[in-house]
Amino acid sequence: MSAVDHVEETLLLGRLSLKALPLHEPILLATFVMVALGGLAALAGMTRFRLWGPLWRDWVTSIDHKKIGIMYMVLGVVMLLRGFADALMMRMHQALSFAGDVGFLPPHHYDQVFTAHGVIMIFFVAMPFVTGFMNYVVPLQIGARDVAFPFLNNFSFWMTAGGAVLVMLSLFIGEFARTGWLAYPPLSGILADPGVGVDYYLWSLQVAGVGTTLSGINLIATIVKMRAPGMTMMKMPVFTWTALCTNVLIVVSFPVLTAVLVLLSLDRYVGTNFFTTDLGGNAMVYVNLIWIWGHPEVYILVLPVFGIFSEVVSTFCSKRLFGYASMVYATVAITLLSYLVWLHHFFTMGSGASVNSFFGITTMIISIPTGAKIFNWLFTMYRGRIRFELPMLWTMGFMITFVIGGMTGVLLAVPPADFVLHNSLFLVAHFHNVIIGGVVFGVFAGITYWYPKAFGYKLDPFWGKCSFWFWLIGFYLAFMPLYMLGLMGVTRRMSHFEDLSLKPLFQVAALGAVLIALGIGSFIIQLVVSYLRREQLRDVTGDAWGSGRTLEWSTASPPPDYNFAFTPIVHERDAWHHMKQAGALRPTAGFKAIHMPSNTAAGVVIAGLATLLGFALVWHMWLVAGIAFAATVLSALLHTFNYHRDFHIAADVVTRSEALRTRALAALGLGGAAGRTA
Amino acid sequence: MLMASSTAALDAARGAPVAFFDDGSHHPQQGTLLGFWLYLMSDCLIFAVLFAVYAVMGRSYAAGPSGADLFDLPLVAVNTGMLLLSSITYGFAMIGMQKRSQAQVLGWLAITGLFGAAFVGLELYEFRHLIHEGAGPQRSAFLSSFFALVGTHGLHVSFGILWLGTLMLQVKKLGLTAANRRRLMCLSMFWHFLDVVWIGVFTFVYLMGSLPATA
Repeated sequence: MSAVDHVEETLLLGRLSLKALPLHEPILLATFVMVALGGLAALAGMTRFRLWGPLWRDWVTSIDHKKIGIMYMVLGVVMLLRGFADALMMRMHQALSFAGDVGFLPPHHYDQVFTAHGVIMIFFVAMPFVTGFMNYVVPLQIGARDVAFPFLNNFSFWMTAGGAVLVMLSLFIGEFARTGWLAYPPLSGILADPGVGVDYYLWSLQVAGVGTTLSGINLIATIVKMRAPGMTMMKMPVFTWTALCTNVLIVVSFPVLTAVLVLLSLDRYVGTNFFTTDLGGNAMVYVNLIWIWGHPEVYILVLPVFGIFSEVVSTFCSKRLFGYASMVYATVAITLLSYLVWLHHFFTMGSGASVNSFFGITTMIISIPTGAKIFNWLFTMYRGRIRFELPMLWTMGFMITFVIGGMTGVLLAVPPADFVLHNSLFLVAHFHNVIIGGVVFGVFAGITYWYPKAFGYKLDPFWGKCSFWFWLIGFYLAFMPLYMLGLMGVTRRMSHFEDLSLKPLFQVAALGAVLIALGIGSFIIQLVVSYLRREQLRDVTGDAWGSGRTLEWSTASPPPDYNFAFTPIVHERDAWHHMKQAGALRPTAGFKAIHMPSNTAAGVVIAGLATLLGFALVWHMWLVAGIAFAATVLSALLHTFNYHRDFHIAADVVTRSEALRTRALAALGLGGAAGRTA
Repeated sequence: MLMASSTAALDAARGAPVAFFDDGSHHPQQGTLLGFWLYLMSDCLIFAVLFAVYAVMGRSYAAGPSGADLFDLPLVAVNTGMLLLSSITYGFAMIGMQKRSQAQVLGWLAITGLFGAAFVGLELYEFRHLIHEGAGPQRSAFLSSFFALVGTHGLHVSFGILWLGTLMLQVKKLGLTAANRRRLMCLSMFWHFLDVVWIGVFTFVYLMGSLPATA
């Protein structure tokens, strides 16, 4: 049991005391020492090289959508390391924990590990990655200079980061939930889990969820209101379309998560009876509501990467995307259908044959627009001049892997089959198949595709290929055995097995996890090597792959703060491709001052106070919570008294930065639209 | 697709120069009102969840009191009147804004705030009374869902009052500038939205809840 169950509460610290530190857990202690040393080294380095000022001015307080996008990606990478460390521990533990051997993770620790793994991978890895891409790429693709609400964008990021901070704190101060990533009651209720684990879960998701919802509103307003002149809806790049649908999904689903987590919090803090087992409570209401958020969430993750694959395929096949309109309609169809399938996560609830059939059929219907997309990508490749560069490798790995995952999904959509496979390792293999094969591969495709746009140099292909092959093979080794084990009846979230005949398959899965670890390691090495070799990998054209089709490739790499000196006018789909074809001339004179939003510290301050509020609520520090709440509201109100939120980049500053680009292009023998200069 | 390429082809055929860059006069549209609408719809979903939970649990009395036993309809009617009147007075404030009369705006906003405060006050009185009678949110799933729905609405009104006070200060300080007019529009939407939600609460929770339970 947890060390914090029966602690006297004090006014200032609530139930927090020294006993909350995991001094008796050698694994956690060693991790803590490493993190502390690494953190100290980083702090010392920052101070030594005088980086605090630039960090604060250029990043923390920045409202530039590009900086915020990159910060989301960094958050995703850091949290990927944490989430994957959890995965590796589980795979190692399950490969060992048979019969007489109890493995190295005690059950209460193992339960925290699988919960943290799921929560982190979905909320703090996949979500920051897709939000980061949308932040970075969407304004550039639609020819805008920033998002609709730049301050809100900065605030959203810091709320997401605040949620991540709470999850990370739970590793060293107290414990995390032992309930699985969706914290079903009554297991997550106050009777079964009186410790701080579930409270960490609730408040980290609430803090991050506010950020996600606001970021969704922001990006919808951006796409609807800020497109370049001439860019009608059906001329938007496919990635922007998928981003629009994703953000609609976010705005329509995250409030449901917020509401249901509030109700669970009321059960735990106030003693209400929403999901309790007596006085009229009904735990299945929680399960329904959380999946009404949860299923759209799956599409929130996968739709943007469908957009990434669409951009990658047409770029590396030097063809326009096959079936643009069908791609758009398929995306919209998936958006709508994703709300009609939630019950397939619990066919075993016992809602009867008619209800189960309805949700089984709607689930199978979703595979039709998804299948249409796969064919669109295949037909784009057909007779294209395919270049097997890194983003294209990830895309092809995705197409094969995702189809397998999709088909096992259709198997699970059959209610009678699901009665056998529910909560088995078959299910675990299925969703890792679509999330790794879809979302993770898409994220890596996107990182390698847009990296030269963000930093001005490409990523090293050798280490990228290592990463790709380790990931691909590692994935199959890690998860195909789980399909088999699931069919044999092995359920998920088990920390110990008696049947030794299962052991070889778990050992293969562990080997797969090791390969994936090498894949992640190769990715990190790739980042370092590429930085060291950046002069050889440099791209000065701005159109790094030479065959870019959308507007982000029409500006410099990295783009100037203002993105475009003059707003592009769009005439056709694939606007940049059209500009190149038509020989559009890049303007070199007549620059004007550009109206831009100014940086502000308000976002990080308010989000920091909200995070403190979350921490205080976890530990029942009522005094601190009250002060933090008042301070959060007050600082938000004070921020509304700031009416000076913008400034102008002077015309001569624009002229100077554009002249630099003109000279760089001229040195290459290039001028305007990668062709001539006016 | 055909349309797009044929337009460009037509332009070219007519010899019209195809411009690829704006001359610097393009300004993106203001997105605040749309953004605020989107926020309201997301908030509407929170209420939708609370209504759905109430729909499921609204008759789970756990052998405790029901709505018919507890609700004091005349009090709720007065309360509803307060909120409806506050919406009307907010409307008068907006008319004042269109006439650019700062005094009218501030006056009507103050009256709106008072009606709002009266609403919250009466609601708190009702809650206190219920809790005193042993019908607190812990008593049954019905009461949990009742307090969650009505309380969330009341919390929104309270934040609305806080916002209203802040906005009055800002209008006083800077006048009816474009930014302040936009903010008044947003608060107007927020205030009317809460009114609409309350109509749902009044009908669905109080009126229907006062009906005797039928088989």
